[in-house]
Amino acid sequence: MTLISVRDLRVRIGERVIADVPELDVARGECVAVVGESGSGKSTTLLSILGLVEGAQISGSIEAFGVDVRTASRSRLREIRGAKIALVMQSPQAALNPTLRLGTLLRRALKRHGVAGAEAERRTAQAVADVMLEPAILRRYPHEVSGGQAQRFALALALALGAEVILADEPTSALDVTVQAEVVAVLRRLRAERGLAVLLVSHDLALVSIVADRVLVMREGRVVESGPAAEVFARPRDPYTRELIAAVPVLPEADRVHD
Amino acid sequence: MTAALHRLARTDRLAFAGLVILVLIMLATLLAPWIAPYPADDPRPVDALLPPGAEHWFGTDQVGRDVLTRILYGARTSLFIAVSTLALSAAVGVTLGVVAGYAGGWIRDVIMRVTDVFLAFPALLLSLALAVVLRPSVTTVIIAISATWWPWYARVTAAAATSVSARAYVDSARCLGVPAPLIVFRHVLPNALTPVLVQLSLDAGGIILTAAALSYLGLGAQEPTAEWGLMVEQGQALFTTDWWVVTFPGLAILITAFAFNTLGEGLRSILDPRRTVR
Repeated sequence: MTLISVRDLRVRIGERVIADVPELDVARGECVAVVGESGSGKSTTLLSILGLVEGAQISGSIEAFGVDVRTASRSRLREIRGAKIALVMQSPQAALNPTLRLGTLLRRALKRHGVAGAEAERRTAQAVADVMLEPAILRRYPHEVSGGQAQRFALALALALGAEVILADEPTSALDVTVQAEVVAVLRRLRAERGLAVLLVSHDLALVSIVADRVLVMREGRVVESGPAAEVFARPRDPYTRELIAAVPVLPEADRVHD
Repeated sequence: MTAALHRLARTDRLAFAGLVILVLIMLATLLAPWIAPYPADDPRPVDALLPPGAEHWFGTDQVGRDVLTRILYGARTSLFIAVSTLALSAAVGVTLGVVAGYAGGWIRDVIMRVTDVFLAFPALLLSLALAVVLRPSVTTVIIAISATWWPWYARVTAAAATSVSARAYVDSARCLGVPAPLIVFRHVLPNALTPVLVQLSLDAGGIILTAAALSYLGLGAQEPTAEWGLMVEQGQALFTTDWWVVTFPGLAILITAFAFNTLGEGLRSILDPRRTVR
């Protein structure tokens, strides 16, 4: 089942094309990765799916959970944001309001989407356990938790709200290697257990080769190559993709993708 | 809260002293009717211009009123003016500022240009003009000072709100489907408030000075209201002969303004949540 479907998306600021994506679909349980160097339009593509790109001309169609993101009313969009599609950002602590305890933030987010009382308690406990955090973390402020904990909390928030797609914008690049592994492990488990779909934006090809089913390679706003991850990594057609792959130190886990 | 106080007492003695002085002044304000040695307005010409002594610690003024009593009641007027002015100008300035900072674009431009127009007038001059147009009274002082003070809050808040609005957590609130008004008041405002609170505390001293100046010029509080600026005005002619009539209210103004300033500086360091050790 296709949850997100993007066709002929073109984001421009004046004459400059920020992102040009002919086709991008995310189905239930699938992990699609958008790779490319910084400034290649990856993040813009993510934000446009939530209808959060401002000050730019957008053409094409973006459909998420049966809603046309470009024409939907604000309130309709707010129902999808968070509850259906959650965003996990690059620097996890910066993504949390420093004046709110994590628990308060989670409770308010749930309330905003109509979940309160015992149900909210239940979902909170479940989500916190799912990402392998201690419940005590809910009494902390964002600056009192580590980067890995904050990132897992961001995932817990998405889970508690019942998000079916997680848009992950460089979710591990601000974390150190062991913590990256934690976050990746949680993401993989959630995909397997919950059928969660992930749209991953990353320049970390090692990460992408481990988790992604399909890959889009972007450069200077354009999609230069796309296809099943195994195929793209084994037989890159575009010279830029080859360059990217050649630059990656080979990890043992990546072998699985290549065979 | 108590932990923060302990920290303040240990790390910033000056700010702590300011706080203690302000608490004492607040107490004096509340308890004036009980702790003042004489009634607020009780002229006794027989006792006019008595020097400081056992009967009248700070002496008496030209109509025989106890100066200490007048200062205690005057604290009520001054603090009332300061608090009302701060509340009024902050309510207007902070609201406009945070909206301007979050909205950006033409909304920000319109709000900031109006703010600039108000800032273009020298504050005391605009207050004077307003006080002349309106009837001289305490209310006039509050309105006049607020009219010249709110643009500063609008500006400070807008600057802070602009930078806060670009933070990732504001984006993530939008990504969670939080409507704009809630984002502005729950996510942007609390994080943009630190410079405003510091500014408020620093300004309280300035407002007390301005209020005293307006009353001194006869445009603010009127007899028989006890007000420090008014007392200074009435006592200055007597400075060479009866120094106490002008000196004690002058000191009251000085100490209060000073206390607010040191507290403001101290607040700057403790209000940043990231610097608070738990």
